[in-house]
Amino acid sequence: MLKLVVCIKQVPMVSELPWDSKTGTLRRELADGMMNPACRHALEAALQLKHEYGGHITAITMGPPMAEEVLREAVAAGADRGVLLTDRRMAGADTFVTSFILAHAIQKECPDFDLILCGCYTSDSETAQVGPQLAEELDIPGVAYVEHIELDKHTFRMRRVSDNFLETLEMDAPGLITVTTQQYAPRYVSFAGVQDAFFDKADILTIGSDDLGLDPEMTGIKASPTKILDVYSPTAEKENIVMKGAARKIVDQLFENFGDKISGAIGKDLKTHDHDEEEEE
Amino acid sequence: MKENKREIWVFGDYRNYFQNRVTLQLLARATDLASKTDAEVGAVVLGRDVDEYVNEYIAHGAHKVYVTDHPRLKDYNVETYVALTERLVREHQPETILIGATSFGREFAPRVAKRLGTGLSADCVGLDINEDGLLVQTAPSFGGNLLAKIVTPDRRPQMATVRPGMFQELPHDYERTGEIIQVPLPDDVPKARVRLIIAERQPQRDQRIEDARVVVCGGRGMGSKNKFKKLFELARLMNGELGATRPVVYSKWADHESLIGQAGRHISPQVLFSFGISGAIQHTAAINDADFIIAVNKNPNATMMKMADVAIVADANQLCIALMKELKKRIRN
Repeated sequence: MLKLVVCIKQVPMVSELPWDSKTGTLRRELADGMMNPACRHALEAALQLKHEYGGHITAITMGPPMAEEVLREAVAAGADRGVLLTDRRMAGADTFVTSFILAHAIQKECPDFDLILCGCYTSDSETAQVGPQLAEELDIPGVAYVEHIELDKHTFRMRRVSDNFLETLEMDAPGLITVTTQQYAPRYVSFAGVQDAFFDKADILTIGSDDLGLDPEMTGIKASPTKILDVYSPTAEKENIVMKGAARKIVDQLFENFGDKISGAIGKDLKTHDHDEEEEE
Repeated sequence: MKENKREIWVFGDYRNYFQNRVTLQLLARATDLASKTDAEVGAVVLGRDVDEYVNEYIAHGAHKVYVTDHPRLKDYNVETYVALTERLVREHQPETILIGATSFGREFAPRVAKRLGTGLSADCVGLDINEDGLLVQTAPSFGGNLLAKIVTPDRRPQMATVRPGMFQELPHDYERTGEIIQVPLPDDVPKARVRLIIAERQPQRDQRIEDARVVVCGGRGMGSKNKFKKLFELARLMNGELGATRPVVYSKWADHESLIGQAGRHISPQVLFSFGISGAIQHTAAINDADFIIAVNKNPNATMMKMADVAIVADANQLCIALMKELKKRIRN
């Protein structure tokens, strides 16, 4: 029976992001959460492996208490249990520290795992680093951007696209993969399943630094090698010209002002002014 | 004796050499940064028969190149490359390591940073040196909706992966000379636990929406499937490609192949026309690299309108019709 661990993350759903400008960290408590899209695909890959070869799935997440929601979602989809790592002293952990904590939690809660699956990146911080760093921390082989995985005895065989190469790779268990959003489209979860998972039937364990025997000095923002100096929105720098009125007039105005730009992009010569012919004379 | 200068290293990512210029771009940026901190630029090249790249990197600005050339290194392998890089870093103690944010770079760099116990920022779009002499790494998050300035104050080396296309490569100068340091492959490099069975170059597809210079993107604001279809024609008129939002794909107005979003394709056209799209983050995350955005929406407060260069407050369908009519008139045959 395969012992599978899926690392999932709750990410904010909103586009208006509540940042704490003093610390440069996201005030997650103010945003609605959802399961990170790539994590959904990783979960689906785990569910298909379990279906094919038999197995047990532990879903694990690190975050504020409300991150429990994504564990319940994972259980509703077919994961066997959830582990929530939550501790104020873990706040602000960068990928270096996050992978350190996850590794300790996995070693404690599921030490005999065969495969760890992660989403290939998260939609919030987008580093794509926790998966590879978790593999490094656990000293196991890892393969990123996996699109297909199968098992032959004790060997995983994976397909992926890496820098224009279609690669087939093998590794022996235990190992780690990160899964892209190209394949393993997440399944729809039945309402009954969701209901069960949200009414105490789900096996969810909550643990913190002390349960892992970790020195809190090593688990949070202070222990993180990277520091955020500043966070800002680049989109504010755009000029944002507003045009309104009759459609015909707007289109004229568009070509008057930006005809050259459009013409250059489409690679066709456009009459960019209404009175072009006269001007040429 | 001359004191050793501090070094900024660039990882020589030479696979896909002609498409992937990121190593040369990083050498150019490293040369700039080195001149500000009185440092030297080193390149690291691991592989088999790599003389060609060693010479290229010197011609593009490297003062030094550390080379391990061995038949065992004929394929890119994360574990082997991590092990070799770790040894080089421990021996030569570079101040900074820059790595192209290719698929390989983004798998390789995190493990190197972890093994060296240092920080790493991802997919940077800017690099600078601040008044404390630290490398300031500008990294995008939330699909480029936010940028973060990141430093690694206490650990060394400072490490960053950098998005291709952010810096201009220097013109090559084959008169330049540099020091080539041959590093033999150590006998005790651990056997790689991930085995490459087969690697094939991906066949080139037809015009891909990812490469299109003009993209027309439509959302539910177009009103109906039939109205949405006009966008195909508009895109064709402009030699462009058509993209769609998730609600449009769910409503079967367009197929899944045209989904522009976090779970679909990411585009970077010179001009993006956005019709009837409100701008959910799953969508905006995938269009952030568009140079110029023209958005059409009835609602002037839609996120898409706020992030556009030109925000047209109008009915998307009517504006599409007017635009097509005008384009047909204006395109010279």
